[in-house]
Amino acid sequence: MVALSALAGEGPTSLIQAGGWFLEKAWIIPALPAISFVLILFFGKRMKYKGAEFGIISIAVAFIFAICCVGQWIGQVNNADSYTEKQQYHDEEKHSDKAAHEGILNEEIQRTSFNELGVASSEEIVVSALAEEKDGYSSVGIKPVIERFTWWESGGRSFQVGIMVDGLAVMMLFVVTAISLLVHIYSTEYVAGDRRYTHYFAFLSLFSASMLFFVLSENILQTIVGWELVGVCSFALIGHWWEEKPNSDAALKAFLTNRVGDMGLLVGMIVLFWSAGSWSIVDINNAAINNEIGQSTLLIASLCLTAAVMSKSGQFILHTWLPDAMAGPTPVSALIHAATMVVAGIYMVARLYGVFFEGFDIAGSSFNVLALVGSVTLVGAGLLAFVQDDIKKVLAYSTVSQLGYMVMALGVGAWTAAVFHLFTHAFFKAGLFLGAGSVSHSVHSFDMKKSMGGMRKFMPTTYKTFIVCTIALMGLPPLAGFWSKDEILVGTGGWGLFGGTGGNGTYVFALVMGIIGAALTCAYMTRVIYLTFFGEFRGDTHGHGDPHESGKRITIPLVILAVMATGAGFLNFPVGFLTGSKAGWQERFGHYVEPVATYFPPIAHGTPSWSLAIFSTVVAIIGVSAAGYYFFVKVNAQSPAATELTNGLTEKSKVAKAGHTLLKQKYYLDHLYTDIIANGTKGPVADATYWTNQKGIDEAVNQVGKQTARAATFVYEKIDQNMVDGVVNLSGKASEGLGETTRTIIQRGKIHQYAAIMFAATTILAGLLIVFV
Amino acid sequence: MLLVQFLLLSSVLFCIGIYGVLARKNGVMVLMSIELILNAVNINLVAFGTMTNNIAGEVFALFVIAIAAAEVGVGLAIVLLIFRNRSSVDLSSIDSMKG
Amino acid sequence: MEYDNNWLLSLMVFLPLIGAAVVMLIPKAQEELVKAVALGTTLVTAALGVFMLFDFDYGKSGDLQYVVDKEWINVINSRYILGVDGMSLPLIALTLLIVPLCLVYTFGHFPEPRNPKAILALILILETGMIGTFASQDLILFFVFFEVVLLPMFFMIAVWGGDDRRYASLKFFLYTMFGSALMLVSFLALYFLADGSIVGDQANTFSIVSLSEGASLGISRSAQLWIFAGMFVGFGVKVPMFPFHTWLPDAHTQAPTVGSVILAAVLLKLGTYGFIRIAIPMLPEAASAWAPFIGLLAVIGIIYGALGCLAQRDMKRLIAFSSVAHMGFVMLGISTLTDFGINAAIFGMVAHGLITGMLFFIAGSMKDRYHTLDMGRLGGLLVSAPRLGWILGFSAMASLGLPGLAGFWGEFPAILASYNPASILPESTFRGYMVVAALGTVLAAGYLLWMLQKTAMGNPKEEFADNEEITDVKKHEWIAWAPILALILLFGLYPRPIFTTTDDAVVKSLTVDIQGEEIENCLEVEGADLGKECFANVRETAESMKE
Repeated sequence: MVALSALAGEGPTSLIQAGGWFLEKAWIIPALPAISFVLILFFGKRMKYKGAEFGIISIAVAFIFAICCVGQWIGQVNNADSYTEKQQYHDEEKHSDKAAHEGILNEEIQRTSFNELGVASSEEIVVSALAEEKDGYSSVGIKPVIERFTWWESGGRSFQVGIMVDGLAVMMLFVVTAISLLVHIYSTEYVAGDRRYTHYFAFLSLFSASMLFFVLSENILQTIVGWELVGVCSFALIGHWWEEKPNSDAALKAFLTNRVGDMGLLVGMIVLFWSAGSWSIVDINNAAINNEIGQSTLLIASLCLTAAVMSKSGQFILHTWLPDAMAGPTPVSALIHAATMVVAGIYMVARLYGVFFEGFDIAGSSFNVLALVGSVTLVGAGLLAFVQDDIKKVLAYSTVSQLGYMVMALGVGAWTAAVFHLFTHAFFKAGLFLGAGSVSHSVHSFDMKKSMGGMRKFMPTTYKTFIVCTIALMGLPPLAGFWSKDEILVGTGGWGLFGGTGGNGTYVFALVMGIIGAALTCAYMTRVIYLTFFGEFRGDTHGHGDPHESGKRITIPLVILAVMATGAGFLNFPVGFLTGSKAGWQERFGHYVEPVATYFPPIAHGTPSWSLAIFSTVVAIIGVSAAGYYFFVKVNAQSPAATELTNGLTEKSKVAKAGHTLLKQKYYLDHLYTDIIANGTKGPVADATYWTNQKGIDEAVNQVGKQTARAATFVYEKIDQNMVDGVVNLSGKASEGLGETTRTIIQRGKIHQYAAIMFAATTILAGLLIVFV
Repeated sequence: MLLVQFLLLSSVLFCIGIYGVLARKNGVMVLMSIELILNAVNINLVAFGTMTNNIAGEVFALFVIAIAAAEVGVGLAIVLLIFRNRSSVDLSSIDSMKG
Repeated sequence: MEYDNNWLLSLMVFLPLIGAAVVMLIPKAQEELVKAVALGTTLVTAALGVFMLFDFDYGKSGDLQYVVDKEWINVINSRYILGVDGMSLPLIALTLLIVPLCLVYTFGHFPEPRNPKAILALILILETGMIGTFASQDLILFFVFFEVVLLPMFFMIAVWGGDDRRYASLKFFLYTMFGSALMLVSFLALYFLADGSIVGDQANTFSIVSLSEGASLGISRSAQLWIFAGMFVGFGVKVPMFPFHTWLPDAHTQAPTVGSVILAAVLLKLGTYGFIRIAIPMLPEAASAWAPFIGLLAVIGIIYGALGCLAQRDMKRLIAFSSVAHMGFVMLGISTLTDFGINAAIFGMVAHGLITGMLFFIAGSMKDRYHTLDMGRLGGLLVSAPRLGWILGFSAMASLGLPGLAGFWGEFPAILASYNPASILPESTFRGYMVVAALGTVLAAGYLLWMLQKTAMGNPKEEFADNEEITDVKKHEWIAWAPILALILLFGLYPRPIFTTTDDAVVKSLTVDIQGEEIENCLEVEGADLGKECFANVRETAESMKE
């Protein structure tokens, strides 16, 4: 082991091995829902609650475990903090036996089965990380808990399966189990009486297991496995009501679009594996950060992985599956297509941040693909959200747009901000989806224009929670979205031009897009609020009386999520924002989640700026006001039941009309994919191939057969029968003919003739005898 | 040299015999002609035998005379039978042996 | 294992043949007895296999075990050699598993014209041929077993096949015969050109061990290339590789269900097995020259097979085409000439055997119920027969390479290996192949899900809406399928058993050695030019060792 203290100043001054029963046994968390899946599959239908109890119990226990993990992790980080102060005293005692308890400095105890190839290096190399100690960030690194065993071996390489628990993973464990638990509870009412109630819960369990497995991946092979497994659960759940063709179409589209991105994932991961020589996330990040992998290789890998992010996290131009995925049950949309699975891409980038950071050269640059993709998505999807009438689709586009925020944040180097936004977004977006589900549960439709309106009277709880979550999404202070969004904007470093904060680079375009996105978000959410909860009820309850509030099992999760949407933002209250100095309660999220370790690149942290916060808030308020004016004042004045102005802009202006059509057609991307690419492949290309096969290759084979048969006939008839056999026959015929001739000419029974011949012959013979002897 | 004359005689006899065989239509006449041929050979055998002082010539001639006698016997019997069947010994009309 | 158990393999190979003879002797009327004897035979054989799986020395999986070496045809120095190592063990096990399951399945679905005796006897003969091929260690013996397989399959298709059976069976037979002929020529060329005295054998030898351990290293480069070409066609037809694949869809579509299953599960592997057992170890130089070309055909096969699938209307034909694509992955793994790739290929063979076999079972069962496999008419299987539908979905997912199921471990490592092929091969070419192969996974998802959507999802069409015949999975089907489904899942979750078994044997097959003594491993030389030089040196070394 390298003497770490010698490297102080270059990286974390020292490393502490994290530990703790719950952290080391974190594999139990995905195992629980996996067991539940099996149980539901085999015994679900015979149980009292049709298998739902297995799902809920398992995920509840998993949630408790996750909370314990959070607690232990916070303990570890605090330990590291306190170590910083004690460091001087302990220098001498580093390797003493006393240090065998948790939080040991430089301890070489191999909690993990580090006897495999190439692992030791990752443990020893401790170079470069944090340039210097920064506010709120410890300089004592914490080694993640890694437990693993060999999965399989081939060609002299071993492939492990295991867990890697650090702040990021713990945070995700918490989010996934929490939302999953709420969704499970919500679903018992929402899908009650469904035709495939048991299957539904089975797949929810399988999804939770896969997602947690993915989160805990120790290596990228596991990441791939988890990634694909959540994809297939998503497929099954989107297509939950597969009797109807649109649903199965949507499921297929989701899976196939994701597969396109997975191609990038496979290639990118393969490139990383061969160039780093290891699957381990820690090793790969280390290799990337220490420049052991060439820049161009990293760039290729990053680009490939970006394609994967584009499909899984619904980024332009592979986002089109996500709105269609709303064909699934609403709780599924909340859990999978808003809060957890779709952030898998973000999580993957965050996990392999060393690769992306170096590959895209994020520090000191002002442009990269990741930031571009994110910012284009952010605005592009925000615009699309305006023309959707289906409340879930608006939320879906909103999700796409928010994911764009996260990707953009990662692209500009604002790692903590991205992850924090992931965290807050999970709660308020799940809340919004579940709220929308609650509304639709009572009106049996998702169409805001035809079936909703004025719902605030009928569903007060849903209305209130929906409003809270909406404000959080809009990013208005002091709710959750504001803090995370503001951090992202700060992180772009673009505001630095106007004096103030610094980020990793100066991504001005990201800042601009981020602010435009914020305004758009406010505007389309105002539209949703108006169309759903204000105006007059436009639906038809078919004589069931007025719509009514949903039951407790739906409203309680909504309330919990609304509370989280309100409070989650304070977890990362910026340092020096109000108090002007560092206090123990500021930047807690970043402090506990952002790794201080060798495998994390040296990112810079922007300092929050009053001016930017105020500016973005003003922009947001302008967005709300503009939309609010349009709907609450003008449309409402036209008629409480109206959903848009009859003589609106689209009627007056051709440009606006064209823009509206473009948005309605979703930038024609669906036409491109479905009609041109998919149908093209399945239609003309596949047919052409098959035609080639049948008429080309197979025909060639058949022709060879036929021509051989013809040749054989020719050989038999012409050559064999005529020539070869002919010769035989000819010789026979010739001798026969000769005999005939001889018979008719010579052997005529004329004695004189015989005698004459005899004489002549004798004479000739005699003559010959005389001449030659 | 006396040999030449014998040989000439036998040649003449032989030729007459050949002529008889080829030209005569009567079966009996043909047989007679064959007899002439054989006797021409006999003359030759005896003449050469005498010339070389070898008795073998005479011995052969005796054999030939015996065979000729037998042959004429058989031949005449055949001709007689043919005559009985056909009331003719015209050889040109006897072609039942044709192929 | 000190005790002498070399009878094991011979018994395993010939027991089914004896069983077939007994089956044929039993009068037709005693159908139950016929079934019992046939099933009993395969079960006993499988039990021997289980014994072998436990008894096999995995620590020495690189070496041949249970070797029998007896005189056979002295005139041509061909010997009766059987043996098993880590490379053939998984495939033998696969055969031993699939055949009894096929029998069980057939008991419930005897194809028309109904003749249990004949079909069971044919399956048993097939089993002998298949196990024999995997176990034989002599080229002539290998060839004989390779051909033995052909005839029963021909009759199965020709007698119990679909409407177009005559055409399909004849095509199958002639096509493979054509390949075998070239293969035999190559074997003979090896016999005459290789010099067994290098490894202390007779000068002219058919022994696979002698030939792979260096006897063939003295052959000139051009001769090697030609010999390899012969084998390439021979094995490539059987695999089948693009463009020799066209017999496959016809044979599969027309064959009775068990025929398709055996064909997909085991017969196709005879070709790929030939590559890794014979072609590559014996002719490493030619293999390295041919590998980029094989890789190219493999990736063409992947894409081409997938597109072919998308154009199908008949479900069984679609599955048949998917074999072309999947075997493309196997061949891609082989063409990398790395232990990693070939391990993946063997895993791919087993996985494909299980998964595609399973898909054909399902297709057969659906045909029994619907009397058609036209995907335009099918639909709503999940409604009519939910369990069958879920099994179809499960198998389709496995087939498209979902992690956690067996298909993934055949496909992904093959793609992984092609990023980093043997050093002698052109790296960038193979990286190109990798990307194309990755695209193949997208298309695979496309056609399989499309099939799933067409057949399983939606509501049943009117003509089948209340059809009494469309029942859920029956008892014999459960018995036949459960082991396969379990293994697909098991190997998906824990692929290690197969990889560990094959690894040593594969490594051994790739080392360029003479009698186990490694000389320079030319496959690991940087670039083709250095490779040529290296092999030239090896040739000299080999020449100098001739007696």
